[in-house]
Amino acid sequence: MAGGERMKTRYLILEDGTVFKGNAFGSEEGTIGEVIFTTAMTGYQESISDPSNCGQILTFTYPMVGNYGVNPDDFEAIEIGLSGVVVRELAEQPSNFRSAGTLSEFLAAKNVPGIEGIDTRKLTRIIRKHGSLKGQLTKAGEEVKVEEIVQTLKSTKIPRNVVEQVSITRPYPSPGRGKRVVLVDFGMKHGILRELNKRDCDIIVVPYNTSAKEILGLYPDGVMLSNGPGDPTDIPDAIEMVKGIIGKVPIFGVCLGHQLISLASGATSFKLKFGHRGGNHPVKDLTTGRTELTSQNHGYAIDADSIANTDLEITHVALNDGTVEGVRHKKFPVFCVQFHPEGSSGPEDSIHLFDQFIELMNAVSKKENLHA
Amino acid sequence: MPKRKDIETILVIGSGPIVIGQAAEFDYAGTQACISLKEEGYRVILVNSNPATIMTDTEIADKVYIEPITLPFVSKIIRKERPDAILPTLGGQTGLNMAIQLDESGILDELGIEILGTKLEAIHKAEDRDLFRTLMNELNEPVPESDIIHNLEEAKTFVERIGYPVIVRPAFTLGGTGGGICHNDADLLEIVTSGLKYSPVTQCLLEKSIAGYKEIEYEVMRDSADNAIVVCNMENVDAVGIHTGDSIVVAPTQTLSDRENQMLRNVSLKIIRALKIEGGCNVQLALDPDSFNYYIIEVNPRVSRSSALASKATGYPIAKLAAKIAVGLTLDEMMNPVTEKTYACFEPALDYIVAKIPRWPFDKFESAKRNLGTQMKATGEVMSLGRTFEEAILKSVRSLETGHFHLEMKNSESITDEWMKKRIKRAGDERLFFIGEALRRGVSVEQIHEWSQIDVFFLNKLQNIVQYEKVIQENPFDKEVLYKAKRMGFADKTIAKYWDVTEIEVYNFKKEHGIIPVYKMVDTCAGEFESETPYFYGTYEEENESIRSEKESVIVLGSGPIRIGQGVEFDYATVHSVWAIKEAGYEAIIINNNPETVSTDFSISDKLYFEPLTIEDVMHIVDLEKPKGVVVQFGGQTAINLADALEERGVKILGTTLEDIDRAENRNKFEAALHEIGIPQPLGKTAVSVKEAVVIADEIGYPVLVRPSYVLGGRAMQIVYNEDEIKHYMENAVEASPEKPVLIDRYLTGTEVEVDAICDGENVLIPGIMEHIERAGVHSGDSIAVYPPQKLSQKHIDTLVDYTTRLAKGLNIVGLMNIQYVISNDEVYVIEVNPRSSRTVPFLSKITSIPMANIATKAILGQSIVQQGYKTGLAPNSPGVYVKVPVFSFAKLRRVDITLGPEMKSTGEVMGKDITLEKALYKGLVAAGMEIKDHGSVLMTISDKDKEEATEIAKRFYNIGFRIIATEGTADIIQKAGIPVDIVDKIGSKGTTILDVIQKGNAQFVINTLTKGMQPERDGFRIRRESVENGIPCLTSLDTAEAMLRVIESMTFSTEIMQKQEVRA
Repeated sequence: MAGGERMKTRYLILEDGTVFKGNAFGSEEGTIGEVIFTTAMTGYQESISDPSNCGQILTFTYPMVGNYGVNPDDFEAIEIGLSGVVVRELAEQPSNFRSAGTLSEFLAAKNVPGIEGIDTRKLTRIIRKHGSLKGQLTKAGEEVKVEEIVQTLKSTKIPRNVVEQVSITRPYPSPGRGKRVVLVDFGMKHGILRELNKRDCDIIVVPYNTSAKEILGLYPDGVMLSNGPGDPTDIPDAIEMVKGIIGKVPIFGVCLGHQLISLASGATSFKLKFGHRGGNHPVKDLTTGRTELTSQNHGYAIDADSIANTDLEITHVALNDGTVEGVRHKKFPVFCVQFHPEGSSGPEDSIHLFDQFIELMNAVSKKENLHA
Repeated sequence: MPKRKDIETILVIGSGPIVIGQAAEFDYAGTQACISLKEEGYRVILVNSNPATIMTDTEIADKVYIEPITLPFVSKIIRKERPDAILPTLGGQTGLNMAIQLDESGILDELGIEILGTKLEAIHKAEDRDLFRTLMNELNEPVPESDIIHNLEEAKTFVERIGYPVIVRPAFTLGGTGGGICHNDADLLEIVTSGLKYSPVTQCLLEKSIAGYKEIEYEVMRDSADNAIVVCNMENVDAVGIHTGDSIVVAPTQTLSDRENQMLRNVSLKIIRALKIEGGCNVQLALDPDSFNYYIIEVNPRVSRSSALASKATGYPIAKLAAKIAVGLTLDEMMNPVTEKTYACFEPALDYIVAKIPRWPFDKFESAKRNLGTQMKATGEVMSLGRTFEEAILKSVRSLETGHFHLEMKNSESITDEWMKKRIKRAGDERLFFIGEALRRGVSVEQIHEWSQIDVFFLNKLQNIVQYEKVIQENPFDKEVLYKAKRMGFADKTIAKYWDVTEIEVYNFKKEHGIIPVYKMVDTCAGEFESETPYFYGTYEEENESIRSEKESVIVLGSGPIRIGQGVEFDYATVHSVWAIKEAGYEAIIINNNPETVSTDFSISDKLYFEPLTIEDVMHIVDLEKPKGVVVQFGGQTAINLADALEERGVKILGTTLEDIDRAENRNKFEAALHEIGIPQPLGKTAVSVKEAVVIADEIGYPVLVRPSYVLGGRAMQIVYNEDEIKHYMENAVEASPEKPVLIDRYLTGTEVEVDAICDGENVLIPGIMEHIERAGVHSGDSIAVYPPQKLSQKHIDTLVDYTTRLAKGLNIVGLMNIQYVISNDEVYVIEVNPRSSRTVPFLSKITSIPMANIATKAILGQSIVQQGYKTGLAPNSPGVYVKVPVFSFAKLRRVDITLGPEMKSTGEVMGKDITLEKALYKGLVAAGMEIKDHGSVLMTISDKDKEEATEIAKRFYNIGFRIIATEGTADIIQKAGIPVDIVDKIGSKGTTILDVIQKGNAQFVINTLTKGMQPERDGFRIRRESVENGIPCLTSLDTAEAMLRVIESMTFSTEIMQKQEVRA
């Protein structure tokens, strides 16, 4: 912050009783959410607009945030599902040729509260030790009773209908001349749509609660299951839908989509202690032996042991903690990854997976043509 | 992939002496590489000519050769050792060039030796302009458009195609003579015309100018399995146009959105894959601030200065892993040495910002062109970590040791607006401070951006700092304001000035109110994984992560940025001291701010604090760690200068006490001490005013040696010959004051001798005595030192041992000391005593196998020399002859006079060792980069005082077949001695002048001695510079010339005619 003007005080209070005093920016309102952190050093605009973060309070471990402002191009969704933003220092004077305003202005307009000036590394270390925890960003300029807030936090249930909150309610097309892809929006990042568009797919985006029958009725060459927020077991209907399309059409899943495919195939999921969030996660592709840097943003993962009893096989693992990062179906043209091959934000090392999806669709159509 | 089992022995090529552009970072990289290869079980053979490095310690490799890095010598070593493979990519450009020469010579094929890591083909592709351009075209990656032109018409055609501005680089001229940047047709006409004239082949390279683009660097690594990662990206605060080594740099990038970042990351990885780099690589890119347009500027297919910076900035040890990649290991099977829990195949996440500021030698070279451009001029750099840009940059500023503690400069009120604007537009070393001043004067950020092309993001941050100055000034002892000021990186000293109180008052007020820094860990992962790295930086936040251990600790102060006079030798001693402290059973803690060095490798000490070396920053660490004491004698003058303030604040200085340090450094006390001990010194006194100086000089008699007290590297030291000169010196060269008097000594000519000694308080160990080739008057750092002494009588050696012992005991030295003596008229005088480690410690330690810094440290910690198993007194001579030859970077510093004198000018050193002095000298001179021709011509321009002596030298050159070329005055005298001379005209004459001889390469050596006195002597200066620019050895001391001559004589036979037989009648 520049020397001159004073910002209003705001507190971040965690359910374990830790209190951080900082300055308020963005919305003046208070909020409650699960406090998470990302280690990505660029891409705050993408992270803030990523629907997968719906209902959460996002901490940036990189201390200077907002440096290049906010631009019209880099949003991953139209509406912001995120509950709050935590930074060490907010840049009030951004500089970039595309910048159309400051992060603070943007968050104020979107009614998202933020806190700046706190020891975000301390916060990160607390989350690392205790796992993700609930927290409250207090109203700007208001003094607070910590005990009361901690009690409220403890009794607060994190809403389980987050997918519903960020998905669409009616389908829409994004026409192209290539393969017809039905893209199921569980809280889709625009990056996924962008990659399919680049490959000239003829896309129909459908809501999260579309049934298998409805999807197949659109005559897709392939189905893409998007990322999205929350616990995959909270949307059992979607799992049923996936069960209904496996074996009938090529499928590619990303993030939540990956979890749904795994669950539909009989695997189980669990909550990670504090999730994988950032742009530097190494993932080993077991099929090629090569390690790629990936963009990740997930709080849940698929249990590796549970894969054994399914028709799935593990194709990708996280190099650092060995968790499952990708699987494919042994019998059907179905594959999926836990990370974000579309990048945005983050590395694009695995962007070729979208090509792989196109090839998969091509291979299947060819076969179908042969049969015909 | 598992490591290679088909190779056993690996030859590692070091980077040789420290020169501008190739400094201590290669000691760090090379040391890491050697240790890392040994870890994997390989036999490591090292060749490096630089004795001042940790790398050339015998423990680092299985066999260490301190020999010249030249084709004949390295070939000899290869034939003897028969390595299976060579690793050349960790020894800078020197290592790479050597590998290329070896390959071209055929020896590698002959002996079946493989080049490890990046293949030579890739190196050629990266370094050869045309091959690189072709590769970029194949990859469809943009490089700035360029074309070779031979006339103005072609130049115009090029400009029509790509537009202005364009850069003109004349072909085959040194230092870009005659080139420049053209913004319009008039510029083009003028610069292309002159460029074509200057170019001996009448051609120029025209290149699209991308000055003003953002300069972005990616440090990338790739292994043989094609895994590729970006370790760190960096943004230069200075836009394209200033060498990245001369730019202020931050990591990570600040003004790039993720899309720009990923775009450039993808490009960097694409290039490293196309080149098939196996190891580390640096990609420099230029990014248009107003679009997504970018250009590839350059690719360094090896570990570089930037990779050392990236390693320290992130904690990720690039060189160590690059060496392992070279033997076949892959990134996904190696652990991240920082977390030890995650893999090396990842990209570090920073939760701090890093700022690097270069350290330039212009404080020593007043006459040098201070402008910055594409030729790097910095000798070293400092780095700081902080949680905001403001904090990081201000911490770096006070780490520089240039007298700056803030964005302020001395005598700022005398700077005109016009001058300020000029110095911001035309970047020089002090631009940051000029910008501070401009902001204070109300110049807008936009205006400064227009002048400097520095991104407004950074300028706004500097503006924040300047604006907060007022807030601090208006709110003395306001807790909140102070806390915020500290969070912005303001130094206590600056705040004290604003509040008009002493620094210690600010410090105490801070402590009273709990405003103290916490220390955060550098863990490569932004706290995501648990980590045990003992690498910390200070910042004003809530949570402290540096936990004091139960073990008793000792803090060692490092030596800060590399500069002329305080080089890598001091880092060497610091590292050895740290090791000795660990061996002695204490926890060793180091504080330093230099990212290039071994001492700031977190695996060296038990704990590394990467912090400025100022009293404030050191005290906060002392407060936290509560060490047994602080060791100041290994970190050069940087550390010694803090002793006073540390003791004042109750900190125990280990080793020689502050009082005794002062007795050696304070002139009057020193004189008293010498008198007491009964040791003669040249007549001398101190002066605090011009008037006083004149009186003293008169008393002593000219010539006198003048210098400020408490300096290193002979800064501002001069020999003056008359009253005018001393007045000029006192008025211009120094600021004399009662606290900082000027020393005036009788200038004694004679043999200069240097002695290093260790004292444990009772006994003295003298590892060796070194004799200088150049007589007194040339700074010891610029002299060729010889071990053991070749010309000293036993009587003098006995006296030297006696004096040294008495001085060590008399001054109560505990630890290291260094003494300079002069032997004049058969009498030994002491010139100077330094109660600390010296430049010659690594040289002597290596020759004598006496680990001086180790023994001294243990003596400091209470173990006597005898207890440590060493005999006292003068150690017996090691077999052989060793010379230490200084290396200069004059080609990089335009307008600097190369003449040797009392002020040190060399940037590095090499060692030559062999069985005779001549052979050792030959190796030393060759290793220092001199080309020694055994025939040809010697061009001599000698001042009157030296003519007699020079005639002797001329005669000897003539006897071994050299032609002598001289100007009239010199020629007359030489001819009188019966030696034929080719006479050339003085500069400015119509015929063939001296400059023509030099430019045409018609002389193989130039011997030029300085007319006495300091009056600028323009012809001599031009002769010397012209020699440098044409790569001809230019000797300004007759002693150096004589040494060179002895070498040549020993290499050749003289030819003598037969005496005519007398026919007797």
